Amino acid sequence: MDETRPVKIKVRGLSKVFGKHPQKAIELRDQGMKRPEILEKSGQTLGLSNISFDVYEGELLVIMGLSGSGKSTLIRCLNRLIETTEGEIIIDGENIPTLKEKALLECRRRHFSMVFQNFALFPHRTVQQNAEFGLEIRGVEKTERHKIAHDALKQVGLEGWEDAYPNQLSGGMQQRVGLARALANDATVLLMDEAFSALDPLIRKDMQQELLQLQSKMQKTTVFITHDLDEALNIGDRIVLLKDGEVVQIGTPEEILTKPADDYVRRFIEGVDRARILTAESAMRPLRSTARESDGPRTALHRMRDHAIDSIYVVDRNRRLIGLLEADAASRAIEEGADSIIPYLTQDFRKVPMDEPLHNLFAMFSEKSFPIAVIDKQEQLLGVVVKGAVLDELARAGEQ
Amino acid sequence: MDIPRIPLGDWIEGGLTWLTSEYSLVTRGISRFTQTGIDVLNDGLMWLPEWALLGLIALLCWKLAGTRLAIGAAAGLALIWNLGLWNPMIETLTLVVFATMVAVVIALPVGIAAALSNRLYRVIMPILDFMQTMPAFVYLIPAIPFFGIGSVSAIFATVIFSMPPAIRFTTLGIRQVPVELIEAADAYGATRGQKLFKVQLPLSLPTVMAGINQTIMLALSMVVIAAMIGADGLGSEVWRAIQRLRPGDGFEAGIAVVILAMLLDRLTQSLRKTRQ
Repeated sequence: MDETRPVKIKVRGLSKVFGKHPQKAIELRDQGMKRPEILEKSGQTLGLSNISFDVYEGELLVIMGLSGSGKSTLIRCLNRLIETTEGEIIIDGENIPTLKEKALLECRRRHFSMVFQNFALFPHRTVQQNAEFGLEIRGVEKTERHKIAHDALKQVGLEGWEDAYPNQLSGGMQQRVGLARALANDATVLLMDEAFSALDPLIRKDMQQELLQLQSKMQKTTVFITHDLDEALNIGDRIVLLKDGEVVQIGTPEEILTKPADDYVRRFIEGVDRARILTAESAMRPLRSTARESDGPRTALHRMRDHAIDSIYVVDRNRRLIGLLEADAASRAIEEGADSIIPYLTQDFRKVPMDEPLHNLFAMFSEKSFPIAVIDKQEQLLGVVVKGAVLDELARAGEQ
Repeated sequence: MDIPRIPLGDWIEGGLTWLTSEYSLVTRGISRFTQTGIDVLNDGLMWLPEWALLGLIALLCWKLAGTRLAIGAAAGLALIWNLGLWNPMIETLTLVVFATMVAVVIALPVGIAAALSNRLYRVIMPILDFMQTMPAFVYLIPAIPFFGIGSVSAIFATVIFSMPPAIRFTTLGIRQVPVELIEAADAYGATRGQKLFKVQLPLSLPTVMAGINQTIMLALSMVVIAAMIGADGLGSEVWRAIQRLRPGDGFEAGIAVVILAMLLDRLTQSLRKTRQ
């Protein structure tokens, strides 16, 4: 994980106890007890226990867990719709749990927009008035907020529906209004509480795609709650996995899939179509050997022989991939007394970026079955994927 | 063994006497204010000729609820006029309108406060139970030492008797606003005031209107009973009919009350529907 990225929200040691004697539950927790024991001993419910994570600027962080995992509690602690029991939530230097009422209102207005599972639109307000709500609360002047809300509605594809009331709209459209209300507000963080869970599957996929598109345009820091792993893997830059009020694993979708932290995560990811999510990077092997553009044919052939391979990738001084040299081409170069291997290179191989889905790689293996080169944005050679590795990776996925 | 009787009644009487003597300035003030209000309203309604007021009410009904209510209202009022009960009807209407206004002005803030504070809710609800289950006649008795015989006492008893539904429904309406909507308002940083005026009150309005409708109906029934302590209006017509044993007169006045009740009920209900 990139530790140097700017952090937008820093959560440290966050706990939440539901009940009248929270300290009792915390003490029992510190003695090593788990949620069910604590409930039995003290009558207190430990909703969240010692949660720590960062939300990076501009990322889409998914908090995932089954019902009862505390995910809804967690997102409500972030903007303090629920009071926390202990711990820090720091956003731009302010610790949210200790803010005074006025400062809290100010903080919510500046930093948080929220989209709700059941839309939570105001039935007595038109679509336009709903979208304006956050701005109205902040006291933005009428014509200005009208314009901003209008733009937000346009952005979510609801132009022309401004004067309708929420009950005249379908579920998908209602949630677009919810999204427009959040976007119009232009807070620094977007909180989405199971925002698409109440929608039917097709519309849900559409909304996910639209969110990703909006996200690529706006790069808004987003915390997205879901119980659906598919959704989490589809939209999340990173995923925080919760179980019984504790963090089980934090990582990119790929990390969660390939290196599940424990059996719980492993069971969770069962049934997910892994080939769809696995990428070239996961099957990639580091290169045992490359040839440099300045190498002569003898050196190149020698390297191949050393590593028992019959072709070798050739890179320039900046490790940019310039071609592939096959063993018989190298022999020919020696026979013809050539100094440079450059004229003997072939481009008859495939190269893919790191995030190419694994299943696409299958079709690329030609009958010659050269390893597929994996490159980064600067065309630098990172590694190769051999046919066996793809099968291996998929087989391992199938076992779990 | 003889257990001494608890002198509950004596205590209450003592308390009331103390209140009347200590706060005579207050009661006199209230009395003057109320009497003036009633007089102004009554004179205003009386000043209009019968046909004009009848037309105005019919027009209002037509505007708010359509032709059927307008025709019904016109016919009903015409019947009352024809029976010679126009003036008592106006007096009753005045009392009802004035008592309802006072009741609502008190009930709305109390109802809102009870909705927002659990502690207040626990205090107010038993008081409302008390107010509603106490036989209505009982309120008439202390009203007399406070305000003397007449309309002001009638208003006092009517306000107390008719206020509970308006408080209850207001509280209920605000408490019924879905939690998600309150969360949404909070999440966007709404202050308590913004939450109340932009979300809670607008959404509870239909319920509040239902409460006001109930208050009007209770006020009407009480105003009729209040004839016993000297309130003018249709109630005193009924009262007189009882004393003279003239069932015909009694029913005529009674029918006028029914007409007025139906008119007020339909009108406020339609008000509620158009608001929704």
